[in-house]
Amino acid sequence: MKMKLSSKIYTGIIFAFLFAPIVILLIFSFNESKSLSVFSVFSLKWYKELMNDRNTLETVRNTLVLATCATAISTVMGTAAALGIDRLRSRWYRAAMNTVTDIPMTNPDIITGISLMLMFVFVGRLFGASNSLSFWTMLIAHVTFCLPYVILQVLPKLQQMDKALPEAAMDLGCTPMQAFFKVELPEMLPGIITGAIMAFTLSLDDFVISYFTSGNGFETLPIRIYSMTKKTVTPKMYALATIIFFVTMSLLLISNLVDNHDSRKLRKRKKSQDRQTSSGLS
Amino acid sequence: MNRPVKSRKLTSYRAALMPYSIWALLFVLIPLVFVAYYAFTDNNFQFTTANFNRFFTATSNLKNDDGTITEVHTYLLIFMRSLKLAVISTIICLLMGYPIAYIIARAGAKTQKTMITLIMIPMWMNFLIRTYAWMTILQDTGILNNLLGMLGIQPLHIIGTETAVVIGMVYDYFPYMVLPIYSVMAKMDVRLLEAARDLGCGSLSVLRRVIFPLSLPGVISGITMVLIPSISTFYISQKLGNGKFFLIGDAIEGQYVANNLHFAAAIAFVLMGILLVCMAILKYVTTRHVYGGE
Repeated sequence: MKMKLSSKIYTGIIFAFLFAPIVILLIFSFNESKSLSVFSVFSLKWYKELMNDRNTLETVRNTLVLATCATAISTVMGTAAALGIDRLRSRWYRAAMNTVTDIPMTNPDIITGISLMLMFVFVGRLFGASNSLSFWTMLIAHVTFCLPYVILQVLPKLQQMDKALPEAAMDLGCTPMQAFFKVELPEMLPGIITGAIMAFTLSLDDFVISYFTSGNGFETLPIRIYSMTKKTVTPKMYALATIIFFVTMSLLLISNLVDNHDSRKLRKRKKSQDRQTSSGLS
Repeated sequence: MNRPVKSRKLTSYRAALMPYSIWALLFVLIPLVFVAYYAFTDNNFQFTTANFNRFFTATSNLKNDDGTITEVHTYLLIFMRSLKLAVISTIICLLMGYPIAYIIARAGAKTQKTMITLIMIPMWMNFLIRTYAWMTILQDTGILNNLLGMLGIQPLHIIGTETAVVIGMVYDYFPYMVLPIYSVMAKMDVRLLEAARDLGCGSLSVLRRVIFPLSLPGVISGITMVLIPSISTFYISQKLGNGKFFLIGDAIEGQYVANNLHFAAAIAFVLMGILLVCMAILKYVTTRHVYGGE
């Protein structure tokens, strides 16, 4: 369907609004001077300076370590949980699991952050620690807010799967373990991958929850950015933002490709099924 | 022979769910209990309602533009301001987002996919940096005023006003409004629209009588997804409001930084209460108009 001119203009305005800050950021990361509003000459000065900023690079490393650990734990635990939730018979248990999965997604980040922090501080005090916040408390917090996203990606794949398949595999001589690895896991895999990528990007990007649960000198990049923006900011931060932006974008592109591939496969399978049933009818 | 295999499988599924059940109990439910516990206790963990008294009665002096001083309820004022700015931002997001969701849903399949990706891209820029970018745009000597100056228009003073805070909120949460509305509209049956037109509806009344009621579930979830983060945000107000417009999020953060954990918990507790009320109202509206309509 062709778009009307008015629709085109409106779409243009909305996208201009959405992309103006990003474009400005990208442009000014290449600015020679320190100004964030007047562009002088193109240069890679701020990228070079970024590469020499030990403290910021250290927080980049921290962020990556944390995101990797949180992704690994939440992907494994979330996939296992999805398997369990999918087979739950008790209605009550199922409703409880759904509610509990919804809470971290609907609660404002600040509540999630504050509530975890209060518990960590309380438990820390019981053990006599003066500052109980550390890498570990952040890891717990990140796993907690990543888990629902993994579960919600994996669960639909399981619900699409024919429950007779693993049983058929076992009837044909597979052990339950083999049936899991040969039948269930491949079915879930696209969901697991998208879930893991979502968990990774969410963990990389999170500021609010990290802010409340970090301590003892363990700093992630968003927290560093926060303390940097308390003073005046140099375009160095813009250079950093540009790099992060392209990294997350490419991760998303990959997850999109995985998803497309999966839906194409599904469509193909459905088509061949349709063909079979129609040939059976004729 | 089949039965024992099956039951063993079921127990292993149960076992697979165990770690998550325990995790959710320990790190989702119990922390929420701790918010209430801290909110109702003092520094020695003795029961008290002092935190709430302070919240509802604390006053401070506000200097008016004309130099007079008015006494205001500090935290109630902050709360009302947060609610006001969040509601304004949500309404603007809805007014801006609804047409774009409609346009996207009516476009060809390929265009739809590209446009939705484009809508989502800003979400992948760190929210602190996005907000900071707006700060440099809106500053008195910023890019916007440079552009206006080139066109010969008087510079605007936006930074440090409530307008700037609203712009920041709208920008940060706009995709959350568009995506749910779009996903409902994309599934809408086009034949219904054609039928309405065949039966004599004009474009406007098709919109009012068919499209809007059908898209209501998307609108409601869009409203929730914008309202919740914008009511509880901090940082946006600190950067774009020049710290003049404290919001609930800033109040909580401030108490956290000052290590007044019990009072921070009390504010968070009230925030949770307000949000529950908002959710209940929205739910009531949805069930009434979407499922229970005439």
